Amino acid sequence: MSHNGTHDKLIYMANQIATFFTSQPRDGQVAGIADHINHFWEPRMRNQLFTILEEEGGKGLNELVIEAAKQIRRPAVA
Amino acid sequence: MSLVHEIDYGTPASHSQKTVTLTVDGAEVTVPEGTSVMRAAMEAGIQIPKLCATDMVDAFGSCRLCLVEIEGRNGTPSSCTTPAMDGLVVRTQTGRLKDIRRGVMELYISDHPLDCLTCAANGDCELQDMAGAVGLRDVRYGYEGENHVFPAAKTNGASNARFLPKDESNPYFTYDPSKCIVCSRCVRACEEVQGTFALTIEGRGFNSRVSPGMHESFLGSECVSCGACVQACPTATLTEKSVIEIGQPEHSKVTTCAYCGVGCSFKAEMRGEELVRMVPFKDGKANRGHSCVKGRFAYGYASHQDRILNPMIREKITDPWREVTWEEAYSHVASEFRRLQYQYGRNSIGGITSSRCTNEETFLVQKLIRAGFGNNNVDTCARVCHSPTGYGLKSTFGTSAGTQDFDSVEQTDVVIVIGANPTDGHPVFGSRLKKRLRQGAKLIVIDPRRIDLVRTPHVEAAYHLPLRPGTNVAVVTSLSHVIVTEGLFDEAFIRERCDWDEFQDWASFVSLPEHSPEAVEKLSGVPAEAIRGAARLFATGGNGAIYYGLGVTEHSQGSTTVMAIANLAMATGNIGREGVGVNPLRGQNNVQGACDMGSFPHELPGYRHISDDATRDIFEKLWGVQLQDEPGLRIPNMLDAAVDGTFRGIYIQGEDILQSDPDTKHVAAGLAAMECVVVHDLFLNETANYAHVFLPGSTFLEKDGTFTNAERRINRVRKVMSPRNGYADWEVTQNLAQAMGLGWNYTHPSQIMDEIAQTTPSFAGVSYDLLEREGSVQWPCNEKAPLGTPVMHIDGFVRGKGKFIRTEYVATDERTGPRFPLLLTTGRILSQYNVGAQTRRTENVVWHEEDRLEIHPHDAEQRGVCDGDWVKIASRAGETTLRAKVTDRVSPGVVYTTFHHPTTQANVVTTDFSDWATNCPEYKVTAVQIAPSNGPSEWQVEYESQAKQSRRIAAKLEAAE
Repeated sequence: MSHNGTHDKLIYMANQIATFFTSQPRDGQVAGIADHINHFWEPRMRNQLFTILEEEGGKGLNELVIEAAKQIRRPAVA
Repeated sequence: MSLVHEIDYGTPASHSQKTVTLTVDGAEVTVPEGTSVMRAAMEAGIQIPKLCATDMVDAFGSCRLCLVEIEGRNGTPSSCTTPAMDGLVVRTQTGRLKDIRRGVMELYISDHPLDCLTCAANGDCELQDMAGAVGLRDVRYGYEGENHVFPAAKTNGASNARFLPKDESNPYFTYDPSKCIVCSRCVRACEEVQGTFALTIEGRGFNSRVSPGMHESFLGSECVSCGACVQACPTATLTEKSVIEIGQPEHSKVTTCAYCGVGCSFKAEMRGEELVRMVPFKDGKANRGHSCVKGRFAYGYASHQDRILNPMIREKITDPWREVTWEEAYSHVASEFRRLQYQYGRNSIGGITSSRCTNEETFLVQKLIRAGFGNNNVDTCARVCHSPTGYGLKSTFGTSAGTQDFDSVEQTDVVIVIGANPTDGHPVFGSRLKKRLRQGAKLIVIDPRRIDLVRTPHVEAAYHLPLRPGTNVAVVTSLSHVIVTEGLFDEAFIRERCDWDEFQDWASFVSLPEHSPEAVEKLSGVPAEAIRGAARLFATGGNGAIYYGLGVTEHSQGSTTVMAIANLAMATGNIGREGVGVNPLRGQNNVQGACDMGSFPHELPGYRHISDDATRDIFEKLWGVQLQDEPGLRIPNMLDAAVDGTFRGIYIQGEDILQSDPDTKHVAAGLAAMECVVVHDLFLNETANYAHVFLPGSTFLEKDGTFTNAERRINRVRKVMSPRNGYADWEVTQNLAQAMGLGWNYTHPSQIMDEIAQTTPSFAGVSYDLLEREGSVQWPCNEKAPLGTPVMHIDGFVRGKGKFIRTEYVATDERTGPRFPLLLTTGRILSQYNVGAQTRRTENVVWHEEDRLEIHPHDAEQRGVCDGDWVKIASRAGETTLRAKVTDRVSPGVVYTTFHHPTTQANVVTTDFSDWATNCPEYKVTAVQIAPSNGPSEWQVEYESQAKQSRRIAAKLEAAE
């Protein structure tokens, strides 16, 4: 199924990452998600994620992603 | 310049450690035990006359020309079949031997046409050479008797039933039976080297003839046109049509094939600047003298009329192209890119490096983007193929590459091939694998489709696990379940090399009942007993090696499957020596290299993360710029950003994302939203339909550089002709960089390699001088490994301890249902390559002129589809049409197609689901429905007309040539 725009796609991608880390040992889950997003998501993607978190209350996001958000690096405003 | 001369030792080398010493014509020579007398003599510089022997195949002993005398032995044994032994005293030239040889040659020549002057092999004919070598001066038998030479008897014109006309059915070589001496070299090459068994000798005695298949034409037989027979032929019986047309080459250079990731070495044999033929190079360490139809023959695209030789510009993509000078093109691109960055921000442009271009060219493109554009928006086609390999192997082992060289397969006892089809996708490796399997190694195939390897002449898989597409993780984890629960793991290896705690965590994870074969059978459709049997065989069968391809990576869980494979290899102790390992079969000729060269948006060359200050510092100092420390956009992210309006311009070198990337409509929308799309390619490819600037590219024959193949081997690419477009691709990138204000001044690609070596530890020891001396090296190549590293992780993993990672199976969200009940998976075929831009422009189309949809007879019948019918294939993303091929190679519920032809547009159907870690698209699973159809879909018609419209060229300049 195609996603509706980048917004939905980012939610989907973040949740996919969370799904992988859900099966990993408990203590590494949240850090694993944050680390992955920090390493591979370009700043505007992370910005959009923060928008979803802050302006939409993280609607649609896996709980672990919301938890991991504290460790996700906030990009310098471009 | 002269021809690169290769010595034919007559019989294959022996790899024995023990040596023997013998005397040949008074010269003492020491050779490995098992070497033939013929080869030993050649090692001593003594060439014994021969016809049926050549060192690419085993000795046969049929021509009776290589006879020798051995002191203390009766008779005249054939030197090719006589093993060298300590103390042998061999004489290769005596009165008796001379008489016998001359008699043998006399008989050969009595049934051979004497048209040497007009024969295509003139100057390259072993029969001619041997007639000369043995001093043949007369043929007493005459030519009037029984023969295979003349279509009709000279005396009375009666037709000659023994005569067979020339077979010209193969597009690349001819078979002229009248010139055949029945030495069987072609038959043996087909068996021993290629492993196809397409050729045989029919008849007996004087009736013996070489026969493709059951007395068929070459094209009509099972022949795969690898060219091994042509190479083996000592006469003009099998001859390249290009040699017939042009004549014998006068000089040659060793270079590397630009098709797949096997990276075969070839001699490009030339006459002036005209390529006469490509002949596989015996010393090529990837291919060991073998080739496939693509590298050997399918180079015609390089001189195809479709090649664009002048730069072109247009305002809008609906305009026709306008040819311009290079200067105009560069300054236009430079000013457009600068305008976009001024208007939309520094990060609004980016680029794609090419996995078809050289390391040096790829390095320059990423350098242009990082240093010139000032961002990290660079990606490469590995995104859509093996990016999960990079991620998965880096996480588990610490390096983003395969662990072995191809020679390693010769030591393997059990092979798992998963999600790969080597005999089609990596044919030369496929042949080397089959050779090992014929010697007795066991094979496990994990693939939804019954690929050729499952059952092919003299090869049969011990297990074929025909899993449902998308269940790789479940099945591989289940193999580990069996190995762990049955105590078959290699505890000593794991304790020494891996983190024991992580192993225990993983072991308890895989031991869970939901990973048992019985549970996994329900998901994957693979019988539990087959999973158990395969796991036991792999764990206990000796050296176990895993080879995998895109059937592993191109899934939502691609990275997870790579980890599962790495876990399996570690658990069974199959890492760190010859004959074992995890071996990704990389798709493109230089996709490994493109990844090594920092083509990914998060990594600098050598797989070092962009956020690492020390690494950035190396480049910043050398380049005199400040680099961004944030990862850039990946290809799918670029397209998303383009649709969102934040990404406006792109420089694409040698990649056709519109055809090769999934969800064509989304790619098209992304490209259409950009204001400056620059395509740098050989042809007006599909992506160029959306381009504003076209920069003509050069072929691998027209430039110097290096390619890095799937075994991390850095091979030289050597220029054998001037670029028809005027410039090698690295020069074009450099000129573009200069237009953007960068002060680059490379005068030869070797200087770029020096810069790579200077900045990248795993390449520290690499230089063109070294490659000249060694032929090739495998990275890491540095102080610790001055001649490179054939096998990795020998004493320990690169990351320290090997890391076991839990691999939970998560079903893809691409599910079948009532509307889309079938699963489509995709693959490729031997004669075509990737999107077909090259191979479709060669005679290879005779083997595959269109993509077909493979469908199981049961599914076909339900839908009223017959073999050859047009069918519509529809998914949630789109629909297209193609013709059906009804076959039980696919299981019920699964359909399969290739994606070599743009008219098929297979990627209109594929979705934008992708690997969780890398965004590698899920090409291999799409839920579809099939229905009979009358013709092309609306999209196909629309696309065709748009493409045609888009390719118009107005205002032609004088040709650059």
